[in-house]
Amino acid sequence: MAYEITLITSMAISVLFALSLNFITGFCGQISLGHAAFMGVGAYTTAAMMKAGVPFIATIPVAAVLAGCLGVLVGIASLRVRHDFLAITTMGVVFLFVGIVRQQDFLGGEIGISGIQASSFGRIGFMAFCLLLAAAFAVFSLVIKRSWMGFVFDSIADNEDVSRVLGIDVSKYKLIAFVVGTAAAGVAGSLYAQQFRFVGPDSFGFVESVSVLAMVIVGGIGSVWGVAVAAAGLSVMPLMIQFVDDYKILVYSALLFSMMRWAPDGLAGIVNRSVKRIRRRS
Amino acid sequence: MQPVLEVKNVTVRFGGVTAVDNASLTINRGDLIGFVGPNGAGKTTLMRVITGIVKPQEGEVLLEGRSLLGMSINQRIRAGLALAQQIVQPLRAMTLLENVALACGAAKTSNPLVAMRSFDRSAENQRAMELLTRVGLKDAAHSEPSKLPLGYLKRLEVARALALNPKLLLLDEPLAGLNQSEAQSLADLIKTLNADGLTILLIEHNLREVMRICPQVYVQELGRSLAFGPAKEIMARPDVIRAYLGGTVDA
Repeated sequence: MAYEITLITSMAISVLFALSLNFITGFCGQISLGHAAFMGVGAYTTAAMMKAGVPFIATIPVAAVLAGCLGVLVGIASLRVRHDFLAITTMGVVFLFVGIVRQQDFLGGEIGISGIQASSFGRIGFMAFCLLLAAAFAVFSLVIKRSWMGFVFDSIADNEDVSRVLGIDVSKYKLIAFVVGTAAAGVAGSLYAQQFRFVGPDSFGFVESVSVLAMVIVGGIGSVWGVAVAAAGLSVMPLMIQFVDDYKILVYSALLFSMMRWAPDGLAGIVNRSVKRIRRRS
Repeated sequence: MQPVLEVKNVTVRFGGVTAVDNASLTINRGDLIGFVGPNGAGKTTLMRVITGIVKPQEGEVLLEGRSLLGMSINQRIRAGLALAQQIVQPLRAMTLLENVALACGAAKTSNPLVAMRSFDRSAENQRAMELLTRVGLKDAAHSEPSKLPLGYLKRLEVARALALNPKLLLLDEPLAGLNQSEAQSLADLIKTLNADGLTILLIEHNLREVMRICPQVYVQELGRSLAFGPAKEIMARPDVIRAYLGGTVDA
């Protein structure tokens, strides 16, 4: 039973993390190859604060705010770049994050921070808490998608020059997507720190950034349920299949590549097309 | 009466090349002005100065007396400009109706906090349908742009621009790439829109249609304002004819 609890908790954290990237990349069309950095900010915030005796719950909002603040900075810096250039810029962020954290003694340097206290939730309570947060963000995403904000995001993802000609303040909307997405990643980081009771610089690097992007693309860019399913599946795969754990980056990259090549709209696209085909037949 | 748009002594240089040289133009309410000139006359550059893509080195652009310089494109659109671009740019993942409805929702999209709390699109969809009907695209309202011919997309550009309720509509070569009958019917539409009170600046190479629908023309040559006034009079002037047919300018 303990193993299943761990599995479901990891899954919920991954879903929240993937949905947070989906908000930026899927909704607003801004690719990010450095999303793990924001999870890292959240995780280190919670770790450092809990070490100082602050209760877990109180660290979550701080983690969200700090990650969101870094998100604004990166967002502002990214407003001038698009497409491939944005990918390179955001990739730089994750390398910078890891590079800086390694040098900070108060963050444990190379070794990281271990021996983080358990929360007062208990294991099952914590699992439920993670599931609740992931579900809440999924619902929030769905609501935004249906709103006029989602409509504007669609247009920016489609062609931001046209959005401008239609009088839309593209920069403002992009920044909002960045803030929401990075703050949610911060919360996911906070949960991560509590789940593993350990944070280290290697947990939030480029590989993790690519992994979460793989979840978003495999699920179907912009599709809330598709990304949630893909994140749940891809996060437990390494835990259940030893081979995947050993060759994680290889497997994820192969999946990423195959999806881009054969089904760029991901699982959601595949399912939608099949449903349409079946409906047409009947 | 205050002019809708005033372009005053605008000069644009790209490196050593002067693309627009001390150009001036005044557009009054209800005008339909044909903006013509040979290739390289700086028409597109002046248009870009008005929309804000290009910054002029000198000069002033006023919309109803308010300076536009220093404003971004989206701010200028909110101030009352609308643009139908030469190269059609539909939002490809959306239907024509959604393309126009998004533009109709300016009141909701101007503030993101309002946008995230607004869900109802029925009023905008209804207005978008009216506009699509007006430009003759009613039947294609639920089609995706990628499946439609250029003539439809040119009309979509116009419908989307109308959705912004502009004080001034800028049309950048709307007839380019269309065959004669398509060009004629779109030109008729432009004339009707103007007759209904819309102020329009029409950049166009198709002189025949410009002469047919525009009461006034503004001619630019080598970046300079060459002539501005009643279409028939202007196009009969020897210097204008020379600018079009080539040849040296005599002293």
